[in-house]
Amino acid sequence: FFQYCLSGHPTLPCNVLKFKSTTIMLDCGLDMTSTLNFLPLPLVQSPRLSKLPGWVLKDGSTFLDKELKECSGHVFVDSVPEFCLPETELLDLSTVDVILISNYHCMMALPYITEYTGFTGTVYATEPTVQIGRLLMEELVNSIERVPKAQSASMWKNKEVQRLLPAPLKDAVEVSMWRKCYTMPEVNAALSKIQLVGYSQKIELFGAVQVTPLSSGYALGSSNWIIQSHYEKVSYVSGSSLLTTHPQPMDQASLKNSDVLILTGLTQIPTANPDGMVGEFCSNLAMTVRNGGNVLVPCYPSGVIYDLLECLYQYIDSAGLSNIPFYFISPVANSSLEFSQIFAEWLCHNKQTKVYLPEPPFPHAELIQTNKLKHYPSIHGDFSNDFKQPCVVFTGHPSLRFGDVVHFMELWGKSSLNTVIFTEPDFSYLDALAPYQPLAMKCVYCPIDTRLNFIQVSKLLKEVQPLHVVCPEQYTQPPPTQSHRTDLMIDCQPPAMSYRRAEVLTLPYKRRYEKIEIMPDLADSLVPLEIKPGISLATVSAVLHTKDNKHVLQLPPKPPQAPASKKRKRVSDDVPECKSLKPLLSGSIPVDQFVQTLEKHGFSDVKVEDTAKGHIVLLQEAETLIQLEEDSTHIICDNDEPLRVKLRDLVLKFLQKF
Amino acid sequence: MPEIKVTPLGAGQDVGRSCVLVSIAGKNVMLDCGMHMGYNDDRRFPDFSYITQNGRLTDFLDCVIISHFHLDHCGALPYFSEMVGYDGPIYMTHPTKAICPILLEDYRKITVDKKGETNFFTSQMIKDCMKKVVAVHLHQTVQVDEELEIKAYYAGHVLGAAMFQIKVGCESVVYTGDYNMTPDRHLGAAWIDKCRPDLLITESTYATTIRDSKRCRERDFLKKVHETVERGGKVLIPVFALGRAQELCILLETFWERMNLKAPIYFSTGLTEKANHYYKLFITWTNQKIRKTFVQRNMFEFKHIKAFDRAFADNPGPMVVFATPGMLHAGQSLQIFRKWAGNEKNMVIMPGYCVQGTVGHKILSGQRKLEMEGRQILEVKMQVEYMSFSAHADAKGIMQLIRQAEPRNVLLVHGEAKKMEFLKQKIEQEFHVSCFMPANGETTTILTNPCIPVDISLGLLKRETAIGPLPDAKKPKLMHGTLLMKDNSFRLVSPEQALKELGLAEHQLRFTCRVHIQDPRKEHETVLRVYNHLKGILKDYSVQHLPDGSITVESILIQATAHSEDQGTKVLLVSWTYQDEELGSYLTSLLKKGLPQST
Repeated sequence: FFQYCLSGHPTLPCNVLKFKSTTIMLDCGLDMTSTLNFLPLPLVQSPRLSKLPGWVLKDGSTFLDKELKECSGHVFVDSVPEFCLPETELLDLSTVDVILISNYHCMMALPYITEYTGFTGTVYATEPTVQIGRLLMEELVNSIERVPKAQSASMWKNKEVQRLLPAPLKDAVEVSMWRKCYTMPEVNAALSKIQLVGYSQKIELFGAVQVTPLSSGYALGSSNWIIQSHYEKVSYVSGSSLLTTHPQPMDQASLKNSDVLILTGLTQIPTANPDGMVGEFCSNLAMTVRNGGNVLVPCYPSGVIYDLLECLYQYIDSAGLSNIPFYFISPVANSSLEFSQIFAEWLCHNKQTKVYLPEPPFPHAELIQTNKLKHYPSIHGDFSNDFKQPCVVFTGHPSLRFGDVVHFMELWGKSSLNTVIFTEPDFSYLDALAPYQPLAMKCVYCPIDTRLNFIQVSKLLKEVQPLHVVCPEQYTQPPPTQSHRTDLMIDCQPPAMSYRRAEVLTLPYKRRYEKIEIMPDLADSLVPLEIKPGISLATVSAVLHTKDNKHVLQLPPKPPQAPASKKRKRVSDDVPECKSLKPLLSGSIPVDQFVQTLEKHGFSDVKVEDTAKGHIVLLQEAETLIQLEEDSTHIICDNDEPLRVKLRDLVLKFLQKF
Repeated sequence: MPEIKVTPLGAGQDVGRSCVLVSIAGKNVMLDCGMHMGYNDDRRFPDFSYITQNGRLTDFLDCVIISHFHLDHCGALPYFSEMVGYDGPIYMTHPTKAICPILLEDYRKITVDKKGETNFFTSQMIKDCMKKVVAVHLHQTVQVDEELEIKAYYAGHVLGAAMFQIKVGCESVVYTGDYNMTPDRHLGAAWIDKCRPDLLITESTYATTIRDSKRCRERDFLKKVHETVERGGKVLIPVFALGRAQELCILLETFWERMNLKAPIYFSTGLTEKANHYYKLFITWTNQKIRKTFVQRNMFEFKHIKAFDRAFADNPGPMVVFATPGMLHAGQSLQIFRKWAGNEKNMVIMPGYCVQGTVGHKILSGQRKLEMEGRQILEVKMQVEYMSFSAHADAKGIMQLIRQAEPRNVLLVHGEAKKMEFLKQKIEQEFHVSCFMPANGETTTILTNPCIPVDISLGLLKRETAIGPLPDAKKPKLMHGTLLMKDNSFRLVSPEQALKELGLAEHQLRFTCRVHIQDPRKEHETVLRVYNHLKGILKDYSVQHLPDGSITVESILIQATAHSEDQGTKVLLVSWTYQDEELGSYLTSLLKKGLPQST
């Protein structure tokens, strides 16, 4: 049982599990922090960005000045942004049988895996995961493809050159593995390989392994996975939440009795309380708008935005913001809002009961109906006519490198009346802002990450009691910037096994049992014997059939010929065909009773001698002796088969068969 | 022999008040809890006293499963749970859970408020009953208790309709509820995997019908509606608020749009908008096309179809009215029917099955003079059309489902006895499985032959699969083990392990046989001859000649000594343990025959 670790990012995992002859990929996260090294992609040419000076080496050489630009002391690659893919060399990915997806954020590398590695297996995910995952991919592809950027920089990736660059470019890992965004046809091809599953659905893989998604409480359709055979259970916990937001609550009980629990996707901001952050978000938003400024919220088109809109729904009237327009701009804004309303079965109880009324589960339906929230596919078209300031704009991408957010950063960055509020925790907000410096607009950091924190993890582990915990190495030590905070790491016994990118782990457990089925006719033929109170046993001689990893025991076929004698089943003239198996024996033979039995069966000249360990029973006329000891019996006789068989059967009467 | 027992309390050789009791491996499950549209007396509900005369139902039933929201499948539920008394779990899908209470309330209102019946369940009882409902997802395995699990499959038919698999250990039953094997304008087709249940309980409403293509029926329907409207007639389409109504609305809506028709279409009850709203919110349960396009255009937002007011019925000119209920047995559809029946320009289209005793059934069987309440005779002059739009599987569909699920037995419910008989023969001929069709109250017993799952120690399994020189898939592998049974756990282990676990020592039984051989040669030459002889015969065995002069055949030891008195006779001592009994016995008899003449 091995785990191949293909991603070093703890919240965007990609692991491959070899479990009982099946190869299972767990998630396929795409590390997009690489895009922070690139210049933003503006929809319309930005004079500021195009005037940035090229980067010059210390020795004055300028051969990189087309590829690298400098902005406020930072160096950026001037090219189409690229993403850091999961490791593809660690094992042959065409051998992956199935991919299990835990939530829509963790499937963004799917097209790279399914379309470029010879993958021929099946992907399993819940319906909301697939639908919203598609929206995220669509938005990503759209926001990159609509800005044709001829230039693609590659010179800086040369190892010799990279060494000369300033940080963080110098330290960027695996730059040769960075890839441009995939296309819509590739997205569609990848998604067509997905099979939809529901929570608590048992999915059989090749008869050997069963996988089951469980609600993880983090996002619409987000799931943890149980991977088990009859005797081993691996729980894959990825992106789980115990907070009550919109999704169905996390199913913890089903994680119990795991041999191994793989733990990924914990909160990225362990020190921030999501509720407090939402409060700060609202108050900062209100303050800015009241002062006549605009608010920009860089966000993904699904997820936390639903919760923010719900908070605002309750908040705007009391805060006197009823007349402020809220804009949600994304090529998938409409779809995201519509889809959120049709997944009632995946929502928390409160939202589910609304659907029974029938009312839409999310109040943003009402915000749209009352015209307080308006959504647009992009800043072009209707939006430019409707656009009124001051206003609040929700748009992507949270990295601030592409999407309509770039436009608003350029538009509003110069005024200190405006505020950008960061709610998505995936990117460092300072890094995200770097290419926009110097900036007059206010920046507020309210990261909302509802995933498990370390206190919740330790409670969870106490609750479900896995034998072993496996997690990314980042979780086994305090955060680098807060090395004194030993509470910000996983604390469990035995200590968690950690992994890092491109590592192979051997998972610590040993199987001892397997399931086998006994056919009814064989079961009928068994003769159970109570050997101790409450314990019975039966010897089983049977034919084993193994097909599709399932084992079945059947009655052995009857011997083809009739038995030669009454007692012998086989004809002794034929070479015994297969080694027939005789049971083991146990028990001891009381000499007095044995002699009595012999006499009863017509042996009249029985003589008994005592030895150090037992007795010798002599049958004088037959020149036969039987050594009886506590744990053994030895019959020594002439070649008189009927006699030997008779003695054998008499001895066997005293013994138990196993 | 383990067995599964099935007793229909309703829907046995009948359509209406579906209710089937199943006993499987000690668990009792009730499938559906419906009412009968054809009766207004005690017979409208299943006879629950069959389950127990005086005990509490909760003690006798492990769970209740409702397949879909039609009243003939859930109409008796509040009576059953609140008036007779049942507190155990009731399972249904989310859409069923959402819509079921609304139809129950509707039914209650008609019965109590309009017909003035007392001793009927109340609104509060409906609410209390629904609190006992656990909603299930498609394909989710729901663990009712440690042994009993259920799983829902998509059934088409109406929004949220499901088939259910009920499983205990290796034994399982599938109950189809009502299903549809062909997708329609708003729902997908039923689907089930090859789950090989011991028993498939299937509806058989259209046991003998093989319906023509849906497209033809739709064209026919539109033609008839169009012609009637063109000549200024009124069209009445009695429907149930949810289900066929939406399909026909989509059909008419698109037709009106395409043909640019102006005649008004009305939908009679206040349920309309609400009903359509359910379809919008549960769009994941509709067919693929609607699901894919719902963001751009939601098929359940109708432009041409408006709410009906009872005054409209007297308006002059053509119109189309969808009115509930669907079998013309009460309510608005019956009122409108009475108003329009006398005019031959008008038309009533019955789009679904009608239960015996209903006005719908009467006019479909050709009756044109109906006796109404107060001995009034109503003469039906309007055209009566029947179009099978109700979404049940036809004979072809039922056979298709059987092919998909591969059951070992089939049991028919929810159909008419005569038609069932025909289908039963067909099923038995084609699939060679037993097919049953019990009447209400009649118990069918099906013997099952479940395998017994046990735990086998990996050591034993590996050992046995490794035996034999070459793994030959065709050759059966023999294995020997000891089955330990303690409490309810069954473990198959090697005999050695069994002894060890029980703290017992092995008793070794050994045989040593003296075989006399006439051979004047020296001892070691005799041994060599014996060795060559055995080697030649026992080709599949490991025969070895050891340096100390002995021979082994597998673990059997053969030693030669000279006879103390007769130098021309050699004594072979053949020694083996009981575990090698067969080979040892064989060897002694082989050696007794003497050695072949050397050449």
